Parts: sequence; structure tokens; C-alpha cells
Amino acid sequence: MLELRDVQVVFDGFRALDGVNLTVPDGELRFLIGPNGAGKTTLIDVITGLTRPVAGSVRFAGHDLVGRKEHQIVRLGVGRTFQTSVVFEELTVIENLDLAAGFRRPLWTLARRRRGVSEAVAEALARTGLEDLAERSAGVLSHGQRQWLEIGMLLAQRPRLLLLDEPVAGMSKDERERTGELLTRIADDHTVVVVEHDMEFLRRHASTVTVLHEGRVLVEGSVDQVSADPRVQEVYLGRKASDAVGHRP
Amino acid sequence: MIRRNLPFAAVAVIVLVVAPLLLEPFRLSLLAKYLCYAIVALGIGLAWGQAGMLTLGQGVFFGLGGYSMAMHLKLTEGGGLPDFMVWSGVEELPALWVPFGDPVLALATAVLGPMLIAAVLGTLVFRQRVRGAYFAILTQALAAAMVILLVGQQGLTGGTNGMTNFFDVFGQDLADDSTQRGLYLVVASVLGVLYLATRQLVNSRYGRLLVAIRDGEDRVRFLGYDPALVKTVTFALSAGMAGLAGALFVPVVGIISPALLGVVPSLELVVAVAVGGRHALAGAVLGAVVMGYAQTAFSEQFADGWLYLQGALFILVMTLAPKGIIGVAERWRRARTT
Repeated sequence: MLELRDVQVVFDGFRALDGVNLTVPDGELRFLIGPNGAGKTTLIDVITGLTRPVAGSVRFAGHDLVGRKEHQIVRLGVGRTFQTSVVFEELTVIENLDLAAGFRRPLWTLARRRRGVSEAVAEALARTGLEDLAERSAGVLSHGQRQWLEIGMLLAQRPRLLLLDEPVAGMSKDERERTGELLTRIADDHTVVVVEHDMEFLRRHASTVTVLHEGRVLVEGSVDQVSADPRVQEVYLGRKASDAVGHRP
Repeated sequence: MIRRNLPFAAVAVIVLVVAPLLLEPFRLSLLAKYLCYAIVALGIGLAWGQAGMLTLGQGVFFGLGGYSMAMHLKLTEGGGLPDFMVWSGVEELPALWVPFGDPVLALATAVLGPMLIAAVLGTLVFRQRVRGAYFAILTQALAAAMVILLVGQQGLTGGTNGMTNFFDVFGQDLADDSTQRGLYLVVASVLGVLYLATRQLVNSRYGRLLVAIRDGEDRVRFLGYDPALVKTVTFALSAGMAGLAGALFVPVVGIISPALLGVVPSLELVVAVAVGGRHALAGAVLGAVVMGYAQTAFSEQFADGWLYLQGALFILVMTLAPKGIIGVAERWRRARTT
């Protein structure tokens, strides 16, 4: 489904990604971990067209993604969230979802007023559990609710691949729990790649994990395999717990 | 539905029925001038208030519309070459002028010309992700360049003096009060129709998309939309409105010159929109009419004081009431009902 070959990214002489190979098969829930600066977010930026690699290929469902514009990649079915959630605060929850769902409509059909709720929007509302907040403006949502709305906006677009950048950062324990359940359910019928720092969250919800270190894939496997690997322990898990669990500054 | 349209209907009755009955012809034609500005302001409200594109060069589009109409009026009044060409020593009608003898072509150029220029400019700059202050400066530079171009082409455009001395419009005598009243009604109706159309657009999904682009353009890109295209279309619409306003302005006021469309008039309109309330279309329209009226009232009393007052008003609004007159009115209404 998603296949990265020998991807290299250079920022002002610094090799952010140094020959990454990554294959994510259809229907998988893949976790991407690694210490700060390992290149996790850069990897997502490359897939979604925000950053251009100097070498290597990114293929998704038979399409070459390198060189395509961001919105074109989204139209191929790749959706992403950001570390800092961006929802449109002046719009209501339902308008946010409707905006996301309508991205394939021709521009002139948007000139009509929204009537009712489309199927995709209703489904996204139900899945994220935001039905009661549907008519509230997104500006009043809590941090956790915003993240769910953002995931809901992705779902409303019916993407084939979801890329989530630290979806539980800054969330309370309960919110993490709910997000984990949401992710597991989404993974039932989507391919999902999650960048996450939170080890506890990882142990509870991850099946396959890819560890990045200094712009390369260090190791790939189940949670147990990965945490048992001495190299991983050395670069990542072996450090103080606070480093491993902490968030990106 | 009826309740929501009640304020609009009330204003429409006042503007279309009450004002023509009460105001003397001179005042009515002043109001027509403000309403022309209000059409430009509506476009600014759409581009800036809704989509976040601070355009400081609407005078360019207003001027293109105005000059198109002025050229048409000059060509239809008969008696050979336009007066200013004779004074400039031009002996033959320039080829550029020929199409403007046709009223349909002249009006089409007044509206479609600005839209085309805005579309080209928008495509170039929005694709390069030029926005915010850079876009504002660019449009302002365009207004400055336009003035230089017009002044430099004396024989083609009338130079600094522009064009004036129009005698009739579409066969009606411009000195006649009934023509002026007719023009007023046309301007008011055009404004009304454009207001309703723009309001519909703002309330549609497209309007939601504009707000989203204003507040988070990058995020919109990752929702699969092309913000450059949406902004270009919106910018072109606002340019078309300014062009139409310019075309209406010329027969109403009887003059078009570089001084009416340069940097300062373009800025004044943006200030008017800010004072009225840029986030609401009604605020933009209100701001243009209020500031136009205030300008006339104050200039009649203290010739130079207006500029200072205008500046002070702008600063006051920006610091104390960023949502403008409409925002303040809204707050009062809410305070009363709760």
C-alpha cells in the first residue's frame, strides 16, 4: 500500500532522513517511534508532500507521490493530522466535518448552502462521539475533543491511509483511553500510521512498530520484539523514562 | 427566512423609496456615489473580511471600470474626437478606444477586465503562497503603478485630469434630475442584488471554505482543497464588483481621474470596511456609506481635518472595536436580549 524506498531529506546540510525504507501493507496499524530528531514527523511530511526528498521514492497505491502537491496527495486518499491540532474555530463541529467531507466536490457546487448532514459526516460524528457537540463552534472544544474532531475530519474524507502525528500528546488519561479505542476501531477498516512518543499508549494499542533513529529505520517488529532489541534499548528505551515518554518541545 | 430578511427589506425600502422622496437631487446623487463605494466595499468585505486577503489595490479595478465607462461616454456624445485628445494634439482615435463605442463591450470590459487581471495576478501570487502583508504591499504597488500609467498616457487617458464633461448616458441627459434619480436607483439595485448574492455565497459551503482558508490555509490544503484556486476566484469576484462600481461611478459623479483610484482612495475604502466591520458584509457596506457621508460632511466644514479624523477613527476602531460598527451593534443587541 505505502512504500518508501531509500528516502533522503536534507535540511541545510543536516540529514533528517538518511535512506529510509518502509513498507506499510493494506489494513495495518503501524506505530512509528524514535527519539527526538529521529525524523518521524519529517517522514510524514515527505509522504504528504510538505517536504520534498532529495532522493528516493514514495509510492502509494500505485502512485508516485514525490513532486505532487499537498492537496493532490490528499485526493489520492492520504489524510494526516498535525502535532498541534488545527480545527477551524469559527466553524461549528459539523461545518468542520462537512468542509472536510466536501473536498472532492467541484468548486461551483460549494456555492449552495449546506442542507442536512451527509452520510460521511454523520458517520464521522458517531465514530468520534462528538454528536452532542455537533452544533457548537469548534473554538469551545477541549484539547482532546479537538484531536477527535481532527481525526473525524480525516474519517469524513474516507481516506485509505491515515497519518496521525502524536494524537494523544497533551491528553488526559481518560482521553488517551478513548483515543486508543478510536484508533483500534479505525484500524479495522483503514491503514493507519501513528507517530507516538507515549510508551504506555504504545504497549496497549500497537501491533507493529517501526523504530527510527537518526534518519534511518533501526528495527521493525512487534512491540515485544522491538522493546527486547538491544539497539532500541540503547538509543531509546534505555534512556531515562522521562525522555521516552516526554513530548516534543 | 422572513425574519432573517427583514432588516434587508427595511433597508431596501428606505434606500429605494424613502431616500428618493426625501433627498434633494444633489444629496441623492451624493448618496449614489457612496453606494458605488459600497459596492467596492462589498468586494473588499468578501476578499478581506471573509477570505483574509487584504487588498489595498481595489482602486485599480474600480479605475478600470470607470475608465471603460468614461471612454464609452466620450465616444457616444458625438462631435468627433474626445475633448482632451484634441487638446493633447491627438488627431485620430486610438485603436484601443474603438471597441468602447459599443455599450455592451464597454460594460463587459468594465467588469470582466478587472476580473481577468485579478485572476492572472491571483494565479501568479497565490500559487507562490504570497499572502498577508506581502499580498497587501503588492496590490498597493499595483495601484501606484496604475496611476503612473494613466498619467503618462496623456493622449490616451486624459493624464492627470482624467476624463470629465460627460453630457449623456445611454441617451439620457446627465444634467437632468430624473436621469440622476434613475442612476441612483440603478446603483442601489445593483448593490442590493450583489449584496444578496455575496451573502448567499458567504453562507454557503464556499463561504465556510473561505473562513477556513483565512484561519488556516495550510490545514485547508491538507483537506484536499487548493487554496490558491479558491482565493483567485474570490479575488476575481471582488475585482469584478469594483469594476462595476467604477462603471456606475462615472455617470453618477461625472468624472474619473487617477486621483480617484490611486493608493489613497484604495486605502480609504479598506479603512471604511474596517470601520463598518469587515467580518460582516453589511458592515463593509455600512462603513463605505458612513465614511463617505462623514467625508462630505467634514470636508464642507474643515477642509483638511478629514484626513486626520479618518486616521484617528481607523486607529480607534482597530484598537477598541476590531469588529467595527457592526460588531458594536451586535454586542449591544446581545446585551439587551440576555
